[in-house]
Amino acid sequence: MDTSYVHDVPAERTRTPARVQAVLLLGPATAAAGLIWAYLQPVRLTLLHPHGQGFWWLVIEPQLLVMVAGIAFALVVARQLISDLEETRDGTPG
Amino acid sequence: MAPQADMVHWAFAAGILLVGLCLLCEAIVGQEVWRMRKWRAYLWPGLAFGLGVALWPVMTFFTNSAIHMYAHGSWAEVLMLAGGAELGLVHGRLRSRFWRLTWPLAFVVTGIAFIVHEQNPWFFARAAFLHHLLGWTFLVAALVPLALVWRPQSVVLRSSFAAVIIAVSVMLFCDRDVAPVFGHLSPLAGAQHR
Repeated sequence: MDTSYVHDVPAERTRTPARVQAVLLLGPATAAAGLIWAYLQPVRLTLLHPHGQGFWWLVIEPQLLVMVAGIAFALVVARQLISDLEETRDGTPG
Repeated sequence: MAPQADMVHWAFAAGILLVGLCLLCEAIVGQEVWRMRKWRAYLWPGLAFGLGVALWPVMTFFTNSAIHMYAHGSWAEVLMLAGGAELGLVHGRLRSRFWRLTWPLAFVVTGIAFIVHEQNPWFFARAAFLHHLLGWTFLVAALVPLALVWRPQSVVLRSSFAAVIIAVSVMLFCDRDVAPVFGHLSPLAGAQHR
């Protein structure tokens, strides 16, 4: 297809390489693991029943820690890493 | 006011999980891409070093017995040593690959400390089971960082190293104050909590 709006995009450029996909998935997969854990064991999530709980029970909740680790990784590390990976890919012929 | 021991384990598990994710990412993209940004090169060695530093207050405030103090103190030392050596290697101050022997050393010391400082049998309670499991995991898995000293670019070894670290974090997240393990809970362990 070659119109004034849509041009041919090389197949190689449209495919997301497995490495990029893996990096993209790591953070969300970790956060999802925390979410699934919270769903399976809601009793361990003090946030859902906070009355009468002490400070530490409210601050350190394992499922939330897993989610925070996944989100922090995705936002702080993975995003920039993907752009670096794509940059390297563009700079490398073939 | 101090948090319970299991909460400290969860907090460390979160830090260890971040280290594991960084290691896994580095194995996936390769060291060259990972180190394109200076801050990223220092990230996981810095986190490991920081976790070592954070183990000192744990040693101070969670001293149930002398053996606990020795165990937490030795972890703090070996983790700081391994993290510090890695920081030195990344920075270029240290050049010999044999500095990476600090990792198998850290694993072996940690494994022995876990096993020695848990004085109850495997099925006494969940915490006891996890201490034994963590100890043996560290001891057996020490072969991975040992092999990495000679094969630092091996994707399989790098991924295995990351997998071990992530597995350790999962085990720490499984810890609970007084809880059964596979249906076993010794009456001597006390009343089961939440």
